[in-house]
Amino acid sequence: MATPEPLLSVRELSVTFPTPRGPVRAVDSLSFDVHRGRTLGIVGESGSGKSVTSMAVLGLHTGAEVTGSITLDGQELVGLPERALNRVRGRRIAMIFQDPLSSLHPYYTVGEQIAEHHRVHFDSRRAQAHRRAVEMLAEVGIPEPARRAGEYPHQFSGGMRQRAMIAMALACEPELLIADEPTTALDVTVQAQILELLARLQQERGLAVVMITHDLGVVARVAHEVLVMYGGRAAEQAPVDDLFATPAHPYTRGLLDSLPRLDDDDDAPLRAIPGSPPSLLDPTPGCAFAPRCPRAASASAEVRLRCSNERPLLGGPSGHPVACHLPAYEGVTS
Amino acid sequence: MHFPGRGNRSAPVRAVDGVSFDVAAGETLGLVGESGCGKSTTGRMIVRLLEPTSGTIAYEGRDISRLNRRELRPVRKDLQMVFQDPHSSLNPRQTVARVIADPLLAHGSSESAARARAVELMDLVGLIPEHIDRYPHEFSGGQAQRIGIARALALDPKLVVADEPVSALDVSVQAQIVNLMERLQKELGLAYLFIAHDLSVVKRVCDRVAVMYLGRVVEIGAKERVYAAPAHPYTQALLSAVPLPDPAAERARERITLLGDPPSPASPPPGCAFHPRCARAAAICRVEAPILRGVARGEEREVACHFPGAG
Repeated sequence: MATPEPLLSVRELSVTFPTPRGPVRAVDSLSFDVHRGRTLGIVGESGSGKSVTSMAVLGLHTGAEVTGSITLDGQELVGLPERALNRVRGRRIAMIFQDPLSSLHPYYTVGEQIAEHHRVHFDSRRAQAHRRAVEMLAEVGIPEPARRAGEYPHQFSGGMRQRAMIAMALACEPELLIADEPTTALDVTVQAQILELLARLQQERGLAVVMITHDLGVVARVAHEVLVMYGGRAAEQAPVDDLFATPAHPYTRGLLDSLPRLDDDDDAPLRAIPGSPPSLLDPTPGCAFAPRCPRAASASAEVRLRCSNERPLLGGPSGHPVACHLPAYEGVTS
Repeated sequence: MHFPGRGNRSAPVRAVDGVSFDVAAGETLGLVGESGCGKSTTGRMIVRLLEPTSGTIAYEGRDISRLNRRELRPVRKDLQMVFQDPHSSLNPRQTVARVIADPLLAHGSSESAARARAVELMDLVGLIPEHIDRYPHEFSGGQAQRIGIARALALDPKLVVADEPVSALDVSVQAQIVNLMERLQKELGLAYLFIAHDLSVVKRVCDRVAVMYLGRVVEIGAKERVYAAPAHPYTQALLSAVPLPDPAAERARERITLLGDPPSPASPPPGCAFHPRCARAAAICRVEAPILRGVARGEEREVACHFPGAG
């Protein structure tokens, strides 16, 4: 299949923060592509580096050392001066966050905030920008948009606020939308509405979407491709069906096995992953998952040593890329 | 349960309205619903952190809803609580020994006996007893929740109200805590009131489940029945909204998407509180609030809907 040029291309991205206890590498040599009209799901737990990655794409890490390459439609974003970045941020790449209330300004009406965003990027007139704001609120399914545009964020419910954030994000017709846990703070029935809205807008506009989440159910619902992150690194990358059907990394496998499922009638104890996610303050030289890994634990002493000392590279003899010394592929049981 | 309104202008908010259920010894009742449905308020009333405006809470046959502090003391031992955020529910200035021993000391245990029991409890919940003199911040989220559980178990309670005990934890750690709670229940014969918004977790741990909407129980019954054949349209929508970790199943699924948001308990809709979002709503739903009724003969399930049954 001839794949078209990706819209966003990230290569060997590393983000290192200076801290009083020494430098912390929150993202380590990460590479991925996002195509127009497609959704990349980035899955990980706290400290996996998934949010740091999205902030790096937007050039929002001041004070951190960002290396590697991030290109949007061929344009390099790493090292771009602030002025040039401002023409990309919010305009070509938009972002929505977990908590819409803390992303909206409490002193301005929702309509004013969307309109201002439009005026900054398009130098549009007040009336025109306001019209655009009302239009966008209507598009994201807010009833009585003209009236609601004159209300303040606290007058909106959680779901409506997230709709307003989406309206703001899409007001400038971006090509890429980064959604960082956009439904985590919402009730499940409202989450379903927002995910449906995002899917519709993506289809209508050919948006590329990066969906960052800890919820494998959300990934299964919306993603085309999935990147699983652990301890700041890519653990596994695969088309969504492959990932769920043949998870090759023991972490992915462990996550899927440990989930209580609605469509499961088995009442045996959950197969929990022992231990906790790693601290980035003292990374291991080997695989970050090795201390919790059942496959490493039952491997030979020689392999165990390799897991704890040698960092596995993303690759693999078959199937999709996986960073593991002991990957399991279809037909291979671990 | 009413919360008095602020000042003279606002009316009191009825956060929980006529909720009735039983929890038998050794069983787990799941209490599910979305934010603002009153599930946490209900949990807090059971352990008497809040006092209900009206109604009774009978523990072992005795109404505890009007007991004063002194009368409550012996009852408190039996009714304990586990909170959502383990770190914010543990005093950061107390060592684990102190956190766990506190309830014992409050109930007249000696320092040395309390410490010995704390060591025992740490072992019971899967913590390393040598860490007893550490502070909560030295523990990960999962370990801190184990400390919270150990504290709740210190006085050998009969009922533990667990309010979202795993939802603040990393996904890979949640299963550990679920398994721990199940093991403890078996070993100690505990009853749980398990409050959660995550329907998959509730399905795993509960024997029976109660679904709440805007302060009322809309459906209650055996877990198998409620999940396999939900009778209330809200339960149906709630179950259909949960994303499954299976892309093929997700694509094949027919979802019921509710319109709008849950209403505010400060201004509940007349009649059935769910009617503005309900596809089945008819004239009667707008005027008359449905009461909980049996769904079918011989089945211990009740639903509060004028038109219950499969969608």
